[in-house]
Parts: sequence; C-alpha cells; structure tokens
Amino acid sequence: MNNKFKVVFAIVIFAGGWIFGSSNNVAPVITSSVGGASYEGGFQSEVTVGAVPHRSAAGSIHIVSPGDSIQAAVEAAQPGDTIQVMPGTYSETVYIDKDDIHLVGVIQNGARATLDGLGKLNDAILYSGNNIIIENFRITQYKGNGIMGQAGNNFEIRNNIIVDTGIYGIFPQLGTNGLVEHNVVSGIEDAAIYIGMSDNIHVAYNEVFDSVAGIEIENSRHAIVEHNNAHHNTGGILAFVTPGLPIKTTEDVIIRNNFVSNNNTPNFGAPGSIVSGIPAGTGILVMAADDVIIEGNIITNNKTAGIIINDHSFAPTITMDVQSDPNADRTMILDNVMLNNGYDTIPEVVAVALTELHTGLVDIVHVGPSNGSCIINRHRYRTVGIGDYRECGFTNTDSIDSYLLAGGAQPRVIAPAERGEIAYLGVCAGCHSYTGRLIGPSVQVIQAMYAGNPQGLATYINAPIKKRENFPEMPAQNYLDPETQLAVAKYMLQVSN
Amino acid sequence: MMRYIINNKASRNAFSCIFATLIALSFTPVQSAEGTFTLADKCPASFALDNNNQCRLRNLYQLYDSLQDRGLGGLKTALPEHRDGFSPQQIDLGRLLFFDPVLSADKNLSCANCHNPKLGFSDGMDRSVGARGQVSQRSAPTLWNSAFLKVFFWDARAHSLEEQAIGPLFSDKEMANTPEQLLANLNEVEAYPELFEQAFPDSQDTLAIDNIVTALSAFQSSLISLNSAYDRYAHGDAKALSPHELEGLNVFRSFVARCSQCHTPPLFTNQQVAVIGTPEPTGLPRDIGAAETFNAKRLTGGFKVPTLRNIARTAPYMHSGRFATLREAAEFYTKGRGHAVPEGEELLLHWHISDPKLTDTELDRLVDFMGALSDESFMPETPSQVPSGLLNISTSLSAGLEK
Repeated sequence: MNNKFKVVFAIVIFAGGWIFGSSNNVAPVITSSVGGASYEGGFQSEVTVGAVPHRSAAGSIHIVSPGDSIQAAVEAAQPGDTIQVMPGTYSETVYIDKDDIHLVGVIQNGARATLDGLGKLNDAILYSGNNIIIENFRITQYKGNGIMGQAGNNFEIRNNIIVDTGIYGIFPQLGTNGLVEHNVVSGIEDAAIYIGMSDNIHVAYNEVFDSVAGIEIENSRHAIVEHNNAHHNTGGILAFVTPGLPIKTTEDVIIRNNFVSNNNTPNFGAPGSIVSGIPAGTGILVMAADDVIIEGNIITNNKTAGIIINDHSFAPTITMDVQSDPNADRTMILDNVMLNNGYDTIPEVVAVALTELHTGLVDIVHVGPSNGSCIINRHRYRTVGIGDYRECGFTNTDSIDSYLLAGGAQPRVIAPAERGEIAYLGVCAGCHSYTGRLIGPSVQVIQAMYAGNPQGLATYINAPIKKRENFPEMPAQNYLDPETQLAVAKYMLQVSN
Repeated sequence: MMRYIINNKASRNAFSCIFATLIALSFTPVQSAEGTFTLADKCPASFALDNNNQCRLRNLYQLYDSLQDRGLGGLKTALPEHRDGFSPQQIDLGRLLFFDPVLSADKNLSCANCHNPKLGFSDGMDRSVGARGQVSQRSAPTLWNSAFLKVFFWDARAHSLEEQAIGPLFSDKEMANTPEQLLANLNEVEAYPELFEQAFPDSQDTLAIDNIVTALSAFQSSLISLNSAYDRYAHGDAKALSPHELEGLNVFRSFVARCSQCHTPPLFTNQQVAVIGTPEPTGLPRDIGAAETFNAKRLTGGFKVPTLRNIARTAPYMHSGRFATLREAAEFYTKGRGHAVPEGEELLLHWHISDPKLTDTELDRLVDFMGALSDESFMPETPSQVPSGLLNISTSLSAGLEK
C-alpha cells in the first residue's frame, strides 16, 4: 500500500516537473526511427541506377587533346558518341545542342581536363540535348555558370571540380530526370548546385563550400538531396519556391543524411539576387516549399539556425506573385543530429523566439502559416514556431531509394503519318499554297513533278537546289529526320486543297 | 490567294473605283463597298481543318514535350498550350473586322492601325495614338503568336484573347467605342449581318459583341511565326544560324546576360511580370504597370515579359518605346542594375537585372541573334477592301509607315 502510493507520487512529481519545465506542455513522445513506418507519400518510382539510359551500341570516341577545340569535337559527334578530353587547359564555351553525347574528362595521375574561362568567358558547358553525361572536368574562372542545362532530360553531372566560377556551379534547368553526384564545388556567388524548375532529381555525394548557397532546389518536384557535405556557405541546403518564375511549385523533396555545418560565411551574393537575402548562419532553409522531409542530417554550428522554415512574407525583398502559394506546407522533420545552431542569430529570429519566451540556441524555427507539418522527437531540439506540428505517422524514408525515372524520361512519340501533316502544315505551307505561287511553286506543280515518287521529293527537301529563276532558293529541311522527310513528302503528294 | 470574292463584274468595277478613291483620300469616309463577301472555307496556313469545321494548329514543336507542360525550356521544347479550334469563317471574318475602321467610334481606327502587319503587328511608334489623336501610355505589342499567351497587355490585366479584344474596342483612349454604337455601326454595313451569319450559323443573335470578339480572337490566334532561322536551328539544322547569330544565341542563353531566363524559348517569353526599371519618356511619370493590376506595390514598374519573336520588326522597344533600336534595348541591361531609376525612387527590381558587363561585341551579337527570330511566312493577307469600304492602311508590301 505504502509502496504503491510512493510510485504514484513519484510519477506525479516527474510529470509535474516536466510540464513546468517545458514550453510545450506535453509529455515527450519518444519515437524510434529504427524500423517503423516509412514515408509513403512521395513519387512512386521503380528502382533504377543512373539517369541516362544505357546505350545499346557503343558510338564513336572522339579524343580531344590540348590545343584542340572541344566544341569542334561536339560538332563532329553524332548522338551516341563519346568525347574524351585529355588533361590540359581549354578556354572555351562548350555547347551541346544534340542528344546522347557523353562528354568525359580524362584524369591521368590526378591531372584533369581543365576548362578555364580566364575571367572573360561566360559559361563553361551548356547543354540542351537529352541523355547528356558530363564528368571529370575541372572548371574555373567563368563569369556565368560552370555547367548549365536548358531543358535537357536525363542527365548525369558527376565528378567535376568547380572552383571560383561565377553565378552557379552546376545549374540544370527545366529538365526531367537528372543525377548530380560526386562534384566538389566552391567559391560560387550564388548556389554551388542549383536545381531550377526541374523534376525527378537526385543530388548526392557532393561537397559544396565557400559559396552563398550550397545546394538549392528551386521550383522543382521529386528531388532527393542526400549524402552531401555542405559547409562554410552562407546557407547550406535550400528548398525554395521563388515567386515570379513560370513554374510555381516545389514539392516532394527529401533532404537526408547530409552534413550541414559551419554555414556562417558572410553573404556575398549579388545585390538583388534571391540568395542575397539568406542570413549567414543558415543550415537548411525551406521557403514556401511543400512536402519537404528533413531526415538524418548532422546539422552543426550554423549561427542563425539549423533549420529555418518560412513563408514568403518573411522575405521582404522578393516579388509578389498571386500564382505562387507563399506557405511552406507539410514540412516533415524526422531524426536529425543538431548541435550548437543559432548561437548568434538574426533579430528577426530573436523576435519570433521571444513570442514563445524562447532565448538562446535555435535548432529549428518556423515562421508563417504551416498546414500539415509534423516532427518526431521534438523534445531533442531547441525549437521556435512548431507548436502546431503534429507527430509524424512515419519515422523514416527507408522505402525510397530514388526519385529518378527507370528507363529515363521518354520523348514524345508521334506517328510518322502525323509527323508528315505537322511538318507540311507547320513548315511547307508558309511557302507553298495548293494553287498559285506563294514564295515557292504551288503544291499542284510539285505534285505533278513528283507523282508516285515521294522518295525523290524527300531527297530534294533534304538538300534543295535552285530550280527556278525568279524564285528564292529553298532552305534545306535536313533538320527533319529521314522518316519525317519521307512522311511529309507523302503527305504533300496527296493533299487535295 | 483571295479569301473573299466579289461576285459580279459590275460591283468589281465599282469596287476598283472606290478603292482608287480610297487611296487618294485615305481618311475620307466612303460608302460601303458594293458586292457580297464570302468567307474562306479553308484554314490559314499552318492549320488543319478537322471534321467539325475547326482549324487546328500544326507546328514542329508539337513533336516535343515540356516540363510540367508549361512550354518553357530550350531548343526542342514544346510550346505553351495554345488557342485554336475556330472555324475558317470565323478567322476570316475576324480578318475583315481587324482591318475595318468601322470598329472605332469615329470610324478612323482599325485594329490594324496599331497592329499593322507590315510593322510586326505593331505600329512603329513609341506610344500608340488612339481616338481623337490621344497618345496612349504604352506601345502596341505585337500580335504574332498571341495564340500561345495566357497573359495580355503590358500590365498583365487580361487572361484571354477575348478579354484582350474588349479592351481597345471600348477604351476611351483607344477605339473609344461603346457596345451599342459598335453593333449599330456594324449593322449599318450591308455585308456584316450576312458575314456574321456565315461565321456563326448556330448563334441566335449572330451580330453580337461576343461574336465580334470571338472573330477577332480567331484571327489573332492564326498569327503564327515559328519558322525563323532560329527554329530551323532548334529543330536540328546546325547550319541554320550564321556564326554571329550562333554566338549571339550563346550570349542570350548564358548566365551572364540571362536573357533566356525570362525570354524563354520556344516562345521567348515566360509570361511573367518583371520589374526591370527602364526609363520613361522624358517628362513622363513612372508608369506603375502591374502594380495596378495586382494592387501590389512590389510590382511597381512591372510589365509582362514580351515575346522576342519578330522583335526586329517592332521597334521602338519597351513598354513606352523608350529605346529606338534593339541595340539600345540590349544595352539597357548592361548599364548596371537600376541605373535608370531616378534617385529616391524605390523599385523592387527583378533578380536577373544584374550587372553583366557585356562587351560591345556581345551586344552586337545579341542583336544579330534577335534578328534570327524573324519569320513572317504565315503573314495573313491584308484585304484589298473591307465591308465598310473604309480600309485605311496600305495593302502594298513596302508601305506601312504611312500613319
């Protein structure tokens, strides 16, 4: 009887002590993240390795040596070819406006193929094609970007050393299905690795430092950022919705198992740039992005805060965009190791903390509305503004390996017959009307010349020769593949008005 | 390729006679042309007629995809969603209305006066002149490729071709008409009631504002320019651009100049609002632009990013035509962030307005590249007469600056 009373009394004391010692007024819920339910809300992807589909046949190999032009090799290359660049220094802008090119630096005894912009050239490597691999280069002293993709799908950018070069180190934009891994990027005045308006992205095993932003996922969906080391930047890892961009959302981002430490470098971003508003000392920053999971990171010694989650109103220098949802919804914070963050924070965070009577270190601060956010083991962290975070219904993301697309993003497939109509109406009709002369001869005249001979017409449009005085010379339609050339020839020979 | 036919010989002679008069006295009101107009039953070039008598756009960019189907990207990227599905008759009626000054209150201004096909569907002026000689606040945007737009007017205040068409018709500063007057004027022209019947056979009330606006939208949606030298390069002809143009493309898409970040291919606009801080014409106050549309101070001086297709045809440049040449317009971006913003004025400039320090050669190459975005191969035919008989712009290819 007596013992029983003591036990009950001890529990009351313990519970009472905890309640009065806590600002959350709830007993701690201790959740093991070993085993347990895994996140099920993300992109459903099949298991895949890499982002660029494997080649069924080996193409030609083009060797580029110091003194040669890499661009000349790109121009000579056919889709399916590989360009190997020997160690040495090359000062040029390389642009790849064709598909399926592997641009590979050769590393010999540690010496790399170095692209040196000499402080004068704009970008080192631009690509717009699909199925592009860029690896093993050293890139330095460009004014623009190190490696920049514009709408190429299925890309792999790996094992590049990018030092002191312009705005972004690696910047794939408007692409689907890309892998950025094993790069070392430093001294960048915006983001070392910047994923802009892209889908299905994997950023892993990179070291990013001495830059304004380490890794930035902006207006992109289905991205995993893992096993990176982001240190000594102004901000370590960011997931943003930037208003005013034409693609409006950032969703489904997993930031896990990264080192995010000592990101206290004074902000040296260009005036007016989005990152120029990031306070030095930011570990992970989530702005207006939805469905972001933060798990398994070691986040240490970031003086403003370990993790900042905020809405657009917390960033007074960004534009207004009615189509852009300003709030960070469904942030999910799983187990992270957080140490000594927020030791010298900014007045804005101090002010928010004071509303909760919080002083001192800040591991996690959430500013602005948040719907559906959750956390586990919240008692471990020094937190501000997460009072409405509920307990997550899962403890890990173990069931998700990658958001990359098995087999790669597929090109649109249009049947040849339809391609014939598209090319005829989209191109030919500008110069050829059915009856009468427009710029070229009438379709009726052409039909009479090539009756029963579509291949002859296809051959002509591939490489036209001047046939008629007083008619301008026809431009070659050799950008159409042979199948489409034949399809458009067949189509033209059968139209009846 | 006449899209309408004047039926009998007598009226054809009468027509020629009136036409001659019109040329001689180009702003003198004339009687309606005699004769019957027949609307085209074929689609304009680049459109296929489907089984429902609707014109469907075909272009090579339909071979490609784009991220999130937004029509933004690089070379082989699909265009944004477009408007089509109008009938050949609606498009052709729209063409006649477009060139017909009877649409304006004083019957002096047609759509084509400010959107002249010979001037890139703009008017060659810094700021357009509307009814009673009023100088408007802004320049006339090109209409090429407006089928692909979701946002209309410099200040981004309209969201469909129809909504856009209403604006100038009934703005006191532009065509200055009223719905009642417009319907009355069109009903007085002998040909129009019958033409509206042809174009809108299923309508109860054929000559109605909605149908006028539909026809104008139909015509505008047919103004397609996608066969420039740049397009041939994009589709895979590596030789389609000259070395200078290619150099210009690489400056254009570089992250130093950053042009393509807002003038994004393949439409060469991302259709967003940007505050770039160009100077107003001397003596004029700041045009607040989109700040009014969105009631947002942060957007003061913000304007819709315009397409650059056929940009070489539409000097002068910027919302109030401040820059006479493409070279000057390009140079604006390299003179320093906010260099033209008067001291004491605060504008929240776009983050891509930076300090790229482009060289003179790079500026020249940018101009070369923008010239490679010209294509007028699907130019619609300017009618040799309109139903009211009031046609007031030249139909000759060389003219256009007569205004």
